[in-house]
Amino acid sequence: MTAVGTERRTIRVVVNGVAYERDVEVRLLLSDFLRHELGLTGTHVGCEHGVCGACTVLFDGEPVRSCLLIAVQADGHVIETVEGLAVDETELHPLQRAFWEKHGLQCGYCTPGMLMVLKAFLTEHPDPTEEEVREAISGNLCRCTGYQKIVEAALYAAQLMRQSRE
Amino acid sequence: MPTRVFGEPIKRAEDPRLLTGRGRYVDDIDLPGQLHVAFLRSPLAHARIRSIDVSAARDMPGVVAVWTYAEIGPCQRRMPLLIPHPDLTHPFTRYALAKDEVNHVGEPVAMVIAESRYLAEDAVEAITVEWEELPVVVDIERAVQPGAPLVHEELGTNVAAHYVGIVGDPEDAFSRAAHVFRERLVIERSAGMPIETRAIVAVWNEVEGVLEVWDTTQAPIVIRNALAALFGLAPTQVRVVAPDVGGGFGCKIMVYPEEVLIPYAALTLRRPVKWTEDRLEHFVGTNHERLQIHDAEIAVDADGHILGIRDRFLHDAGAYTPYGIIVPIITACQLPGPYKVPNYHVEFRAVYSNTVPVSPYRGAGRPHAAFVMERLLDRVADALGLDRAEVRRRNFIQPHEFPYDVGLIFQDGAPTRYDSGNYPGMLELLLQQMDYDRLVREELPRLRAEGRFVGVGIACYIEGTGIGPYEGATVRVEPTGQVYVATGMPQQGQAHKTILAQIVAQELQVPFEAVQVYEGDTAHFQFGSGTYASRSAVVCGSAVALAARKVREQGLQLAAEELEVAVEDLVVEDGRVFVRGAPERGFTWGQLAQLANPLRYAYAGDLVVRPRPWTGPTLPPGKQPTLEATEYYSPPHATWASGAVGVVVEVDIETGQLLFRNLWVVHDCGTVINPLVVEGQIHGGIAQGIGGAFYEKLHYDENGQLLNASFVDFLIPTAKEIPWMQVTHQETPSPLNPLGVKGVGEAGAIPTPAVVAAAVEDALRSFGVRITRVPLDPDQLWRMTHPETS
Repeated sequence: MTAVGTERRTIRVVVNGVAYERDVEVRLLLSDFLRHELGLTGTHVGCEHGVCGACTVLFDGEPVRSCLLIAVQADGHVIETVEGLAVDETELHPLQRAFWEKHGLQCGYCTPGMLMVLKAFLTEHPDPTEEEVREAISGNLCRCTGYQKIVEAALYAAQLMRQSRE
Repeated sequence: MPTRVFGEPIKRAEDPRLLTGRGRYVDDIDLPGQLHVAFLRSPLAHARIRSIDVSAARDMPGVVAVWTYAEIGPCQRRMPLLIPHPDLTHPFTRYALAKDEVNHVGEPVAMVIAESRYLAEDAVEAITVEWEELPVVVDIERAVQPGAPLVHEELGTNVAAHYVGIVGDPEDAFSRAAHVFRERLVIERSAGMPIETRAIVAVWNEVEGVLEVWDTTQAPIVIRNALAALFGLAPTQVRVVAPDVGGGFGCKIMVYPEEVLIPYAALTLRRPVKWTEDRLEHFVGTNHERLQIHDAEIAVDADGHILGIRDRFLHDAGAYTPYGIIVPIITACQLPGPYKVPNYHVEFRAVYSNTVPVSPYRGAGRPHAAFVMERLLDRVADALGLDRAEVRRRNFIQPHEFPYDVGLIFQDGAPTRYDSGNYPGMLELLLQQMDYDRLVREELPRLRAEGRFVGVGIACYIEGTGIGPYEGATVRVEPTGQVYVATGMPQQGQAHKTILAQIVAQELQVPFEAVQVYEGDTAHFQFGSGTYASRSAVVCGSAVALAARKVREQGLQLAAEELEVAVEDLVVEDGRVFVRGAPERGFTWGQLAQLANPLRYAYAGDLVVRPRPWTGPTLPPGKQPTLEATEYYSPPHATWASGAVGVVVEVDIETGQLLFRNLWVVHDCGTVINPLVVEGQIHGGIAQGIGGAFYEKLHYDENGQLLNASFVDFLIPTAKEIPWMQVTHQETPSPLNPLGVKGVGEAGAIPTPAVVAAAVEDALRSFGVRITRVPLDPDQLWRMTHPETS
């Protein structure tokens, strides 16, 4: 008995600016591909049914649930994960700085998903209200923070990003 | 000037790694040659196993082994009863894999070990089991009736424990009361639901002869000890690490079947083995909490002073009692809260049901207690025409009445003795923050006049935190200038690396960044019990402070000898020990660590060790070649934190939705180590409390099937549902420990169901409803506000 989806296919995908070519089973989840094939374990898996948002990555710039995609769907696409967020080894992204300063994380498990969603959101909404931030992250569950300090961090990050553009 | 680090909102040491995707959670660990496990779990709530056929699964590609009970060697013993209690007369624990019977949906029955998780899951599908269904009992009120189906036939009863606690003379109090009020109060089944599920990786390290285990546990030392005993290994032959853990909230402190089976597979197969729970498994494979049904009554005098309370409740234990009866004991002991209850009769039965076992979830019996007490007081206030704040004022234990004995034995075996607090002060501060008088006299009436269903609630709570038995810590100044700190406590997001470093930085006056905290790894610290019961800052923090103080003494002593001055003439500041008034005469801490170690060479770059004339052994008897101390702190009993919370809610009676307009908290966890961290803990607790007040209920049907075992159906509040929380600190230091701290981990979760119930009831006063059950939901609120149609 062979399970469905065990045939293999070669995919080419750019993750955080690096081009990868891998031979994968077609049933392999994108989240598992990133974590266990590429070793990019910063993307976390919380529910594997598309609700908690922990596994959120950017797919051609748009936030997606990597647990709801299979790796072969990423063939020819560009993925960004939390590992690619910081400017370089020494300089954090404004979102990362803001989360650190405002205590926007506790256990850190939902954090990569929050950061990636907010990265996409703040690109389109550089000066959001508190309500808009809450709406933006309402697809990401956090069990530790009660969200308040995440919201504060997002608003502060927006401010930092606006300042850096001025 | 001495640097103040303790008490400051220092940014967390943990964060740079976690923010850049460089955290290491258990599922992030992939070892070469690693095998993967998937479990077959019972689809039935109560059944006998007639036969299991794993042959097809064994033949599947990539499958290395398929194990049932027969194949698990030393793991065939029943799982341990972790916390016995004399009143737990009928304990029952499971087998790691079901032997011949299953007692809840989700119980592990067989395990497949394969080359990948995908292949392991494929093979699970190929296992066939022939079941003989047995009668199921889910409803605990039915379970205690004669003739009810028995969860464990061999016990002859579904009652695991019957506890009675009596303080004063309750019968007399009730006989002379001006008023007696009775309520039936229910708090439903829920669960901690961390965003990271459980996971374990184990490997037998051939080179060292050590079983290495990475586990999402809140208690790595407990797991280490259990594995050593089970496999006949010395404790030093087992290393358990709780690396970054993605939330715990209580459910990750246990010895779960998977925690012995995965290491056993690694030992037996001599390959690394990993298991990561998926979310659907988590719903039925990781412990739940909360369901209690209380029949409570309160006796008061004509002015609303409490004369006595009688409470009889049923506690749902689930199918097994591995964690004893800690949860209902806490409920029983903490029910009186911050109030004087001179006469008290509390009685519970812990009842088996064919559901997932119950063990502590953030709050651990306390939200239940606060719900009962606060609902009773609201009832008294309403019936006597008193303001709900006033009835609390009249019953508070006063600041001069500490230590205050409740009269019962707490969960740790010590007296339930409140050490310090200022309950009236805390409530007044809350009312001030809320602008309560204006709110009640002006704002709410104005909004109601607009046709809005708005209400206010207040609730007060206490929390026994920082219980024993003990924790320990090693503090060592390294010759390179860093300070090494090791403890046995793991964290699941509570910022131990930060707050423990703050304590040490304060004691030694070294930069915060110089302190390196190691935790949750039995290779670094061997003794202790774990992170639970809001105890880390209190018990572990105190041990760290004591060890740091001892190192400080060692450093002062050594500097005094080297500089030929008296210890009293030295000061510790700016990372150095030097002569008062002559800062150039002194040493950095790193230099002192070098001086303590009489090696024949010096450390490069910072040379202070010089050849010395012979005076005998270079390390005289009683001396150690390091500035290092290991200290333990064992509290005499719990230290009692407290708080008060107020909310204004609005009910949309057309949709049954609940909107939080405002939420205020005043909390008192003694001396605050890091206000950012404390606020974060409070916020998170409140959010979970709001979940327990309006969203999160695990629905079982009568067949023991969990109907909402997914995040689609079990609703965790999102950022849209949680309101802005305004937190105010009150600091009443604990006299019990060297730092004056009290725990805060569970605080927010405790009063929230009670305060939401109070506010909703106030909002729906015109409908005459009484809120006696949480969580509420839109359906219930709609029915309450549309009695004619429902």
